[in-house]
Amino acid sequence: MTWSPSEAYMAALIGALATYLWRGFGVAVGSRIDPQGRFFAWLSCVAYAVLAALILRLIAFPAGSLAELPATARIGAAVLAAVAFLLLRRNVFLGCVAGSGAIAVAASMP
Amino acid sequence: MQTDANTAPSPARIGFVAGARVAVGTPALVLAASYVGFGGFARDNGLGLDLVLFSTLTAWALPGQIVMIELYAAGAPLVAIALAVALANLRLAPMSTVIMPVIALEGRPAWRLYLAAHWVAVTGWALTMLHGPGRPRAERLAWFMGCVLTLWAGSLIGCILGHLAAGIFPRPLSLALVFLNPVYFMLLCLQDLRDRQRLLSVVMGGGICALLHPVLPGWSLLLAGLGGGTAGFLLARWLR
Repeated sequence: MTWSPSEAYMAALIGALATYLWRGFGVAVGSRIDPQGRFFAWLSCVAYAVLAALILRLIAFPAGSLAELPATARIGAAVLAAVAFLLLRRNVFLGCVAGSGAIAVAASMP
Repeated sequence: MQTDANTAPSPARIGFVAGARVAVGTPALVLAASYVGFGGFARDNGLGLDLVLFSTLTAWALPGQIVMIELYAAGAPLVAIALAVALANLRLAPMSTVIMPVIALEGRPAWRLYLAAHWVAVTGWALTMLHGPGRPRAERLAWFMGCVLTLWAGSLIGCILGHLAAGIFPRPLSLALVFLNPVYFMLLCLQDLRDRQRLLSVVMGGGICALLHPVLPGWSLLLAGLGGGTAGFLLARWLR
C-alpha cells in the first residue's frame, strides 16, 4: 500500500512520542513507585501480551510480501525456529537462521 | 566537560570512551543485525529509507517501531497506533526508573536525565546496569551515553543496509530478511517465559489477537495487549 509522506511521518512521530512518554514517566516517578511492585508487574504482563499479539500478527496475518507465502509455510518456519532454538541450547541466532532459512526455501519452491 | 586541556582527561571523557568501547563489539553487531531486519521489513511495507531513519532516530525501540508500521499498513487509525505503540513499549518505564539512580549525579539539573532517558532501551540498559555500578559516579552518565550512542549508530547503519538489501536481494532472500524480525521477537519472547504470569499473558494475548484480528484488525493488538495482559496478571495471582 502507498502512504502519503505526511501521514507516514505523522504515524512515525506519534509512535516516537508514545515511546518517549514511558521513558520520561520512568524518570518522573523515580523512587515513588517500586519497580518490583504490583503496578509494574501488571505493566510488564500487558507488554508481554502485546508482544505475543504482535508476533502472532506478523506470522499469521502479515501485511507485506510474506502474505504471498501460504500460512502453513510461515507457521511451519516459526515452529522450526522454535524447535531449533530449544534444541540448540536456546541460541537465538541459530533459531533465527533456521526460521528465516525455512522461509527462503519455501519461497524458492515453484 | 573538560575545563583545562592540560589536566588529565575529565571523568566524562573517560566514561564516554569506556562505555563506547563496551558497546562497539557484539552488542552493536547484534542490534545492527536486528535493525537490518527492520530496514527490510519497513521497505517491504512501503516505507522509504528517510522514514526508517526518522523512526529509528526518534523512537529507537524496535517492538514499537514494528507495531507502528504493522498497524499503519493495516490502515489503523492514528489513535490506535499511538496506544498500541505505547503498550508495546511499556517495559521502558520500569527500566528507566531502575537505571536513573545508577547514572544520576546529585546536584546536576534533572533535564540531563530526561534527555538521557531517550536512549533507554534493552541492550544499553542491560550493559549499564552491569558495568555502571562499578564505575565512579562522575563517569556514569557519560558511560551510559557513550554506550547507547554507539548502539544507536549501529542501529542506523543496520537500517540502511537492510533497506538497501531488501531492494537488491532475490525474492527468497528478501522474504527471509523480512521474516527475521518476527522470528527474532518470537525467540526473545520464548527465552523470557520463565514465570507463570508472563506465560499466561503471552498465551492470553496471542489467543485474543487470533480471535479479534479477523474482525477488528486495527484494534486487535491494543485489545489483546490490555485484555490478555490483565487476564494473565489476574489469573497468575488467582492460581497462586
